[in-house]
Amino acid sequence: MTGYIVRRLLQTIPVLLGTTFLIYFMVFAMPGDPIIALFGEKSPPPQVLEALRARYHLDQPFIVQYLIFLGNIFRGDLGVSFSGQPVTEILAQTFPVTLRLAALSTFFLMVGGITVGLISGLRKGGIFDASALVVALIFISLPIFVVAFVGQYVFGIQLGWFRTTVGTGAPLQDLVLPALVLATGSFAQIVRLTRASVIETESLDFVRTAASKGLSRRRIVPVHILRNSLIPVVTYLAVDFGILMVGAVVTEGIFNVPGVGRTVYQAIIRGENPTVVAFVTVMVLIYLLVNLLIDLLYAVLDPRIRYAK
Amino acid sequence: MPSNANTRPDQQHFVAPLEETPLVAIDSVKAEGKPSNLWRDAWADVRKRPMFWISAAMILLVVIVALFPSWFTQVAPNNDCQLANSNGGPADGHPLGFTKQGCDIYSRIIHGTSTSLSVGLIVTFLVAFLGIVFGALAGFYGGFIDSLLSRLGDIFFSIPYILAAVVVMSVLSKYANVWVISLAIGIFAWPSTARVLRAEVLRVKNADFVMAATALGVSRFRILLRHVLPNSIAPVIVITTISLASAIVAEATLSFLGVGLPSNTMSWGNDISAAQMDLRTAPQTLIYPSIALSVTVLSFIMLGEVVRDALDPKARAQR
Repeated sequence: MTGYIVRRLLQTIPVLLGTTFLIYFMVFAMPGDPIIALFGEKSPPPQVLEALRARYHLDQPFIVQYLIFLGNIFRGDLGVSFSGQPVTEILAQTFPVTLRLAALSTFFLMVGGITVGLISGLRKGGIFDASALVVALIFISLPIFVVAFVGQYVFGIQLGWFRTTVGTGAPLQDLVLPALVLATGSFAQIVRLTRASVIETESLDFVRTAASKGLSRRRIVPVHILRNSLIPVVTYLAVDFGILMVGAVVTEGIFNVPGVGRTVYQAIIRGENPTVVAFVTVMVLIYLLVNLLIDLLYAVLDPRIRYAK
Repeated sequence: MPSNANTRPDQQHFVAPLEETPLVAIDSVKAEGKPSNLWRDAWADVRKRPMFWISAAMILLVVIVALFPSWFTQVAPNNDCQLANSNGGPADGHPLGFTKQGCDIYSRIIHGTSTSLSVGLIVTFLVAFLGIVFGALAGFYGGFIDSLLSRLGDIFFSIPYILAAVVVMSVLSKYANVWVISLAIGIFAWPSTARVLRAEVLRVKNADFVMAATALGVSRFRILLRHVLPNSIAPVIVITTISLASAIVAEATLSFLGVGLPSNTMSWGNDISAAQMDLRTAPQTLIYPSIALSVTVLSFIMLGEVVRDALDPKARAQR
């Protein structure tokens, strides 16, 4: 197991170098001069431009800039945004919001998806199963911004149950609607996984044994069937949580959630290269770590899986 | 010598009665009837499902609309847009009403179809090509090639898909067109296809028929092309159908975010993006293009679902 962890950690090093280089290269190639953009309509004296360029190392060749950036990252310094705020500080403000949104969304997904999937699997071929499949397919086909707007229109404007945008501080009750919207994206997958897993588990010998021992259905379903069906579902939920944690650009934008996704999107649009690169680097790092944890979680949940190699 | 009704008087060796072991059935190949085959079985399964015919009909309709928009609307999409009609309701000859710029919504939806479909098809070809080449090479040759290609895939896979496309589109904003946006989406979407194919190739390459081909002296590359690849392509077909749908969504998302196609290009994403400010006052300008987008995506998702069930015997058994 330790060998496996070490091997996986070693594997992430080239990936991390590759992603940072790729994103740095692309951001470097973005059109427009961010320093001049900083001043808007005004035309600053050339000395000021020069000094600013030197401060952000923009006068150096690309590869030097990249190496400086990489060195700073290893020292835990993610640089300073063009508004003068350290990127780590921006991260510290935005990341908890995204984390809360992701956790809430995963919670809705878990409760809704597993319940629907379980009922579908136990009564496969029935009316509930068929309609759940149709609903799941429709959810999967609706682009997230369509769901977001319909949700905003119906629940925010028509019914007035929720505020259409998230207020300052992103209180939990404002995050309910965005979290529900985010949950629809993976709902179909969770339902399908749970259903398939439940059907498979139900046909296994130990379930029949439990039934022939005279255990009641009310005990067999949660203890014998559900618990043993949850491994692929939990894994998928974790993957999904990892994806949500690196920010939902569209949903955060529509609901004005002050999270990671919206911040990085705005930074891209403004051409704030250091912020973009720093954010994406942190996102990739989180994503890779979450995936490593998922693989380990898998080994803990399912002892049949051995990482011997 | 056992006494048996089936033994002839002068028989030297006992022969078990034919009813017990139907040797004929073991030895003979049925001349009539074709041998079972994954694709034929899949087709036999698929044609029985109404969902297949519904999705196929919907896709056919989308393709016809994309190829011949003038069959469906006489109104030119961008001519006679009159600001007097801004966000107007349905009128004679304009069944869905007008956009903020006073253009006919129905006509814009019809003419935007080809944009979505082209992006979907180009991305799908790109993803299938890169995914198949990289996945097959990584899985079949293993070793250093596998490590190299798998890490390369990880690099593209780890950067959030939409964010990466947003950055690429901002870099190439001057050249934004259908091809560029397809490239931006496809270049970050291929690793999942490559992973699926790699896993399948790893499974298939140890099969007996591959060993038989090796023993016959078939070259490695030919084995990959003629024996391994055709037998591991099924999951790629499924994922490709679904990736077509997600490419259409990705284009709309990028256009919606304002980094997609230029605003003079007819695109559902652009229309939805332009309508978002008027959600309170004129929801129809947002709802109709969204419906067109969702229905198109739904038809491809449904097709993918049917094909997945047909190609995966396990899923078939669970129905």
